[in-house]
Amino acid sequence: MFYREAGEFSTSYRDDAQTFPIAFDRRRYYLVLAVGFGVIPFFINDYWANAVLIPFLVWSMAALGLNILTGYCGQVSLGTGGFMAVGAYSCYKLMTAFPGLNIVFCILLAGLITALVGVLFGLPSLRIKGFYLAVATLAAQFFFVWLFNKVPWFYNYSASGQINAPERTLLGVAITGPNADSAVKYLFCLAFVVGFAWIARNLTRGSVGRSWMAIRDMDIAAEIIGIDPYRAKLSAFGVSSFFVGVSGALFFGIYLGAVEVTEAFGINQSFLVLFMIIIGGLGSIFGSFAGAAFMVLMPVLLKNILVGGLDWDTAIATHFEFVIVGGLIIFFLIVEPHGISQLWRIIKEKLRLWPFPHDH
Amino acid sequence: MTEEAMDKPSDGVGCGAAVLMDIRNVSLRFGGVKALRDVSFDIREGEIRAIIGPNGAGKSSMLNVINGFYHPQEGEIWFRGKRRPPMKPHTIARHGIARTFQNIALFRGMSTLDNIMTGRITRMGLGLLSHAIWWGWAEREEVQHRERVERIIDFLEIQPIRKTPVGRLPYGLQKRVELGRALAAEPTLLLLDEPMAGMNVEEKEDLSRFILDVNDEFGTTIALIEHDMGVVMDLSDRVVVMDYGRKIADGSPQEVRNNQDVIDAYLGVPH
Repeated sequence: MFYREAGEFSTSYRDDAQTFPIAFDRRRYYLVLAVGFGVIPFFINDYWANAVLIPFLVWSMAALGLNILTGYCGQVSLGTGGFMAVGAYSCYKLMTAFPGLNIVFCILLAGLITALVGVLFGLPSLRIKGFYLAVATLAAQFFFVWLFNKVPWFYNYSASGQINAPERTLLGVAITGPNADSAVKYLFCLAFVVGFAWIARNLTRGSVGRSWMAIRDMDIAAEIIGIDPYRAKLSAFGVSSFFVGVSGALFFGIYLGAVEVTEAFGINQSFLVLFMIIIGGLGSIFGSFAGAAFMVLMPVLLKNILVGGLDWDTAIATHFEFVIVGGLIIFFLIVEPHGISQLWRIIKEKLRLWPFPHDH
Repeated sequence: MTEEAMDKPSDGVGCGAAVLMDIRNVSLRFGGVKALRDVSFDIREGEIRAIIGPNGAGKSSMLNVINGFYHPQEGEIWFRGKRRPPMKPHTIARHGIARTFQNIALFRGMSTLDNIMTGRITRMGLGLLSHAIWWGWAEREEVQHRERVERIIDFLEIQPIRKTPVGRLPYGLQKRVELGRALAAEPTLLLLDEPMAGMNVEEKEDLSRFILDVNDEFGTTIALIEHDMGVVMDLSDRVVVMDYGRKIADGSPQEVRNNQDVIDAYLGVPH
């Protein structure tokens, strides 16, 4: 009913392997992109941009990164916050050391630096698995927060210990700094996230992605059929950290503009991103977005309902939020370990047949 | 089929053919446990070579030595006329040795198609950057390999389950997909570890036919471990019999069947 598959045949392997094989899906995807780029920027206001859309995009980027490592390659990481900090501080150092360097390159180079650091911290994964690896990545988390606090060179010896994004422009329009328009910031983040989501999809659809998933599903068999586990794991760490580093750079440069490492990139952020991919769906690009949307939108929604609608105390509302997030994580782990993306898939399967579920 | 199989040892396949793999005096120990003791045998090009023996005889250890998962303390392995230095399993896979596992070792989170495509990984060489861009090289590579994989899917008659996640498939089909994944590498030497375990008669017949076809059509050399003696005697050109880590007999199925040591190993002897 909602999915008209009749008459849709793939006549080449290229067609068959495309991201949205069903034309209806494809059109809806283009519609979302068109609205995202062409409509929203004209109606956006500061509240929507800064409270909802930009954080959603930045966290989607981080969730995409962690999902590549944890969801696709099966290596658990609790160092996401630390790697975001690496991205943010690299971006800051690049922006201040090379004022003429284009902001796009600053962010991409920050991603590259984070990727190298990520590969370094991925080395233990060659020896240890599961919880033990998680603990090793936790070390990265605490190490970087400590490093960026203790070594003043990283924050250019500023008195507050904060880093502030100087104004940088792209084609004459301010992207970072206090004068940047929220619609411009939103568009900039959106372009980055769409580009990187496309890259994530490309990497996971071919032999690179298959080698990651093979390591995740059965590492011994993967090695015996010819996958080099070192290469697969380290490339997952590198790519994942690249994404996370870019998200850290966007988080600092575009979203907040000024950060202090302990607050902005603490262990809570590592868990937040992990919750996003668990709730959204491990090993799913759509799941990364769904999880980020959920974790960003839910507090806003709750705040509006509980504080704005029911006149609750703000503190109680905040604590209630913890209860709901915790409960939902338990719910998902028990009922649907594959998260929102799996629920979405089931809904789509049902809609294909609705309202005649026995008509195949 | 039986007649053809019976003819095989005498029709020259195996007998006069070159030696593909020569296992010389291999011993493997795990601490004090001697899994393999001074085992020597060869595998000739194009033959079906069976390794049989009671439980714990060292058959699976032998396969694990051949594909590099275990490194023997003593002995040499000669492959294609060259002595093979100790290598990692993934390097050995690149030299043309593929295998299936006793307990199904499919990638459960992936579809049939993706599992078999993963089998071609040794033949796909593009790096991260070309995959990130996808258009052009990576897409072309994907389509090329998809064509080869589709041929295997046709051969194994698993077209309807192409896109099904392997976790949902029944046992017999999972075994077939696993064979497909091994075949996708286009191996010179295919190792099958109890391919028929847990199958019913019909499934065994199907799989036997596939194994013979692989051997005939692709010329793949096959070494297999199997407990079903009917299958072993019908399929194989030559049989190695092992017991307690030692080789106790080696020869054509008929020779092995009449060997007193083999009968003793299987039936037990009064001490």
